[in-house]
Amino acid sequence: MITELGHFALILAALVACVQAVVPMIGAHKRWPGWMAVAEPAATAQFLLVLISFAALTHAFVTSDFSLRLVVMNSHSAKPMLYKISGVWGNHEGSMLLWVMILSLFGALAAWFGGNLPPTLRARVLGVQAMVGVAFFAFILMTSNPFLRMAVPPFDGQDLNPLLQDPGLAFHPPFLYLGYVGLSICFSFAVAALIEGRVDAAWGRWVRPWTLLSWVFLTIGIALGSWWAYYELGWGGFWFWDPVENASFMPWLLAAALLHSAIVVEKREALKSWTILLAILAFGFSLMGTFIVRSGLLTSVHAFATDPERGVFILAILVIFTGGALTLFAARAGAMQAKGVFGVVSRESALVANNILLAVACFVVFVGTLWPLVAEMLFARKLSVGAPFFNMAFTPFMVILGLLLPIGAMLSWKRAKVGRVMRQLAPALGLAIAVAGLFWTIQTGRSLLGPVGLFLGTWLVAGAITDLLSRIGKSRDYSRLLRLPRADWGKAVAHGGLGICMAGIAGLMAWQQEDIRVAELNQPFELGGYEFELLGVERVRGPNYFSTMGEVAVRQDGEEIAHLYPEKREYPVAKMPTTEAAIDYRFLRDLYVVIGDPQSGGGWTMRVYIKPLANWIWGGCILMALGGLLSLSDRRFRVAAGARKATPAKGVPAE
Amino acid sequence: MMRSVLALAFVLIATLAQAVQPDEILDDAALEARAREISQGLRCLVCQNENIDDSNASLARDLRLLVRERLVEGDSNDEAVAYIVDRYGEYVLLKPTTGGWNWLLWAAGPLLFVFALLTGALYIRGRSRAAAPAEAGLSDDEKARLEQILRE
Repeated sequence: MITELGHFALILAALVACVQAVVPMIGAHKRWPGWMAVAEPAATAQFLLVLISFAALTHAFVTSDFSLRLVVMNSHSAKPMLYKISGVWGNHEGSMLLWVMILSLFGALAAWFGGNLPPTLRARVLGVQAMVGVAFFAFILMTSNPFLRMAVPPFDGQDLNPLLQDPGLAFHPPFLYLGYVGLSICFSFAVAALIEGRVDAAWGRWVRPWTLLSWVFLTIGIALGSWWAYYELGWGGFWFWDPVENASFMPWLLAAALLHSAIVVEKREALKSWTILLAILAFGFSLMGTFIVRSGLLTSVHAFATDPERGVFILAILVIFTGGALTLFAARAGAMQAKGVFGVVSRESALVANNILLAVACFVVFVGTLWPLVAEMLFARKLSVGAPFFNMAFTPFMVILGLLLPIGAMLSWKRAKVGRVMRQLAPALGLAIAVAGLFWTIQTGRSLLGPVGLFLGTWLVAGAITDLLSRIGKSRDYSRLLRLPRADWGKAVAHGGLGICMAGIAGLMAWQQEDIRVAELNQPFELGGYEFELLGVERVRGPNYFSTMGEVAVRQDGEEIAHLYPEKREYPVAKMPTTEAAIDYRFLRDLYVVIGDPQSGGGWTMRVYIKPLANWIWGGCILMALGGLLSLSDRRFRVAAGARKATPAKGVPAE
Repeated sequence: MMRSVLALAFVLIATLAQAVQPDEILDDAALEARAREISQGLRCLVCQNENIDDSNASLARDLRLLVRERLVEGDSNDEAVAYIVDRYGEYVLLKPTTGGWNWLLWAAGPLLFVFALLTGALYIRGRSRAAAPAEAGLSDDEKARLEQILRE
């Protein structure tokens, strides 16, 4: 019964979206206030209906209702509750329902917090948002209905893919979708602005918080996925340049570019048409990501529900929306006149450079991801494009970005002097060179990777600190630091986070140590100054798996510093093994221990890794997300969002 | 009964191999390092986007052993890779060659970068020489609204 209600609510939501896609658009065109006003309650109703639908599906998973096909395929009564819930989006149909729920959530948020938008713009934004919604409701109801019943319900389900039964991965998709789908609202703003034929500073200010929010979610989602790969896949890789990873990385790069170019629109009324184009492309790449994951076009570890019919449907959505928006862009972009005048050396120019680097980096990922397809179709060559290509072709742009960032971030608007900024940054540069030199001399081998990464990391962090300090001027009054706008803090924290992330990636890739051996019980071995000893191996039974659990003591200078329990699990229902590495997390390095199979001659296969600076990668990502949130909480966004409620009649809030 | 079925399933799946095994490792550390480097650039044919160094598949193990065999025979890195490519096709190369139309793949980023730099430079030059346009296009009503929104 509850399931049918959920199904019914989903159909109703689709109908509401149809109304919301048509009526406000006509209203905005004809300037009929009543028709435009339909958008707000429709957006709210649409969201509530999808929420009901999602709750109904969650209920079916939580109560293990095996009359529902989706629950049978992806759940099991013995599965822990957390994974019963995460199982809702751990499959194609459920994840699409999550997708439209977030889509309608962002529509509703735009309706609730968009009180200060001009009525026509607001009606059009919500109308465009609903159009995207209609397409995806149609997709779900026609090709991927999660509410289908079984004719004969079985006694138990087939369990969720064990790799997905993990806390890190339980929350990875929702965050990723919040980011992906959040970009839809930027897309709607861009298309609405094109229809209105006007982009001004206020538009830049409205779009920026949404971009920032989506970017923060994407950052967290990508970091969670990467962290999961690190501890779950058994050798501590954190990024594989897999098509599906690239599909989430491309919107991230474009969202980062967009949130910077929107600053130029907001502050200086320049880069308007480029910003619109970026907003369209960022969501276009999100749609393409969905297409790549679900069409089976590109083989990937993550691809699920590979079904040509669904792929074609999503391809049609992708072509109609990005194609339509780009056509509109081509027709209207000429009307976007830049107003701000700025010198060749200025913050504006630095942000143009930022956009060039991020967009070109995204393009490299794009070409590399699709090249196997192009080569096969046009030149009949079956080839692969993997990590070695991306490491070589992508990294240079990030290095240039890191080199320029601290300088660009401190240039003043309109007209700036590089000499003045460089004098302020001299200590940071000196420190960075010293750190790089130090690590160049103490490392074994002659790899440039580590020193360059640490140079960039130090340069970015010290540059961010210099930037903050420069804001208090010569007064040396450090209490002024606390009174700086949160946006300034957000900028410094996010840029510092990028530096820490870069240093972590370089450190891990350059200085990782590895040992693979057959470990005998109670026979210690040494790696990188640590002594490891396998004390015992036990068979353990979990809620829905069996586990082979090793007990490993780690000693440094004869003193025990950690006791690790690496596991190898077997999920009998899903018939899949997983490795659960045991990791001793430390600030400067991780110790990473994996246990393998028993050997016929006694002993167990064991892999031990020392991973320097591994945590810095995710620590940097967390800092970037935190910086985004700090920026988002800046007073001027709160004032802009709350302006309507605070002052309906009085006009202007007091300064 | 259930217990024994589970135990059987357990034994069956426990026999899956993992990435590089201790018995594959060559005694010569320099040769082994070269073998690792080569296998990180070769794709496991039956996996999805994994290199043979990380892969658990038995075919990946065969390839790893083959690479080591070639190195022990005295092949250089390039010769060993060429030997594998001859038998399995260029699909195994994770780092595509620059031959044929592949130059476009490698050049795409740099070419777009140069193009974007030129466009960006032209735009910035235009902006630095433009005269500030007169305010136009906003009605008084809209201006007041913009003021209200931009005010902090």
